[in-house]
Amino acid sequence: MRMKRVVVTGMGAVSPFGRGVPALVGGLMSGMSAVKRLPGLEQVIGLRSLVGAVVPGVDGKEIPRKFRRTMSPMSIFATLAAQEAVSAAALADDIPAGGRLGVSIGSTIGSPATTQAFFEHFIREKSVEQMKSTVFFQMMNHSCAANVAQALGVTGRILAPSAACATGCQAVGYAYEMIASGKQDYMLCGGADEIHPLTTATFDLINAASTHYNDRPESTPRPFDKARDGVVCSEGAACLLLESLDAALRRNAPICAEVFGFATVSDTSNIANPDSAAVRLCMEKALFDAGVAPDQIDYVNAHATGTEAGDIAESEAISELLGGDVPVSSLKGHLGHSMAASGALEMVATIAMMTAGRIIPTRNLETIDERCSGIRHVQKIEERGIKMVLKNNFALGGVNACMVLGRYDSDR
Amino acid sequence: MTDSEIIRLIDTSLAEEFELDQATLTPDAHIYEDLGLDSLDMVDMVVVLEKAFHFKIREEEAIREIRTLGDIHEFVLSKKREMGA
Repeated sequence: MRMKRVVVTGMGAVSPFGRGVPALVGGLMSGMSAVKRLPGLEQVIGLRSLVGAVVPGVDGKEIPRKFRRTMSPMSIFATLAAQEAVSAAALADDIPAGGRLGVSIGSTIGSPATTQAFFEHFIREKSVEQMKSTVFFQMMNHSCAANVAQALGVTGRILAPSAACATGCQAVGYAYEMIASGKQDYMLCGGADEIHPLTTATFDLINAASTHYNDRPESTPRPFDKARDGVVCSEGAACLLLESLDAALRRNAPICAEVFGFATVSDTSNIANPDSAAVRLCMEKALFDAGVAPDQIDYVNAHATGTEAGDIAESEAISELLGGDVPVSSLKGHLGHSMAASGALEMVATIAMMTAGRIIPTRNLETIDERCSGIRHVQKIEERGIKMVLKNNFALGGVNACMVLGRYDSDR
Repeated sequence: MTDSEIIRLIDTSLAEEFELDQATLTPDAHIYEDLGLDSLDMVDMVVVLEKAFHFKIREEEAIREIRTLGDIHEFVLSKKREMGA
């Protein structure tokens, strides 16, 4: 079967730096931290990690109530990001309802805040008499994908991958495969999540959340740094509009990048701790899928969340596969870890880096952990032409996902 | 509560829940066509009214006959009278 070439023609983002791709890229390029001490976390008994990064000032009121009533914050973030992507791609009004546009957007779980509100009442009153009809639509696992499709009038396929921290990367990967195989011509794809103490607690209780920087939130997380102490949770959404190169050329669409390859594998060595061999395998498979040799990769956007085990495993895998000369950086030091959104947000930023010819360094990386020293870390902005990048994301549950993206070359 | 107070509470409750413009809340306003509500909203309208007036109306047959805001006013006024009787 002949596979179609797939390109990115639009991007949208809602991040802890605010609304829109310019806010995301501007915050990252200027080296800002979005991490703050969150008063809400201080009220939770037993929680040691009190920091996080939240999306500022987005209420989604511009989304008509008919659509917004079934949205929790994560769906609002996803819808605004999708609208931005569609607008940037200058997609004609008749495409969403034409059946050739699909949606592939996932989250870690349905809205934890809505779930909490429902069960608080349910357990206390043993009653569903005050349950609103819209509650389920915010709690269901495909809430973001379904709400985006409804709000934008998308009638094609709906896919809602859920693989925690690898969700965003997987969602884009599966969208790429759907277009490459000819099942759809266009896909709105990405990830979204909303912050909740449940997420922070999950990492905290397995000693994988940052707990020593509660009074210096901007100094954490610290990917690859000797003094790193874990994940900082955040929230947001990013959405990319992917389409077949044929479709993009036919409608003279702006092309931001080309998707060259994707792979996802299951790491069965441990459900919580990543294994470098499985990380390497996933990267190898993505390169193979792309038809790209390791020495063609100009930059790696690492998953690197600032955990001891994860950063070491990823460093070792990159070093073994790509050697020690390819620039590597992580964006978690700026943004925290936005879970299902992270892969897509970081992909948007990586494409922006490729366009600008500028690599964003790993924020808070001051003293490289010796066990992470086999790769070339980017510690300050580097002006550099980038043609081909590798994007990594790995998740609790043993889910690895890697994407190869590159500059679009019409002569290829 | 007087009848006009009841009607005012109905209108403000529905306006808040469904983000309706007070100017559109005339008794002859059709719930679906003029106010833009749908079947999910009708489910939530019951919850809103039950909370506002401390009664149970989910199983009332008469709810299914409601078409206009005026019908809601009449239904609630009738229910309140029934409760006071």
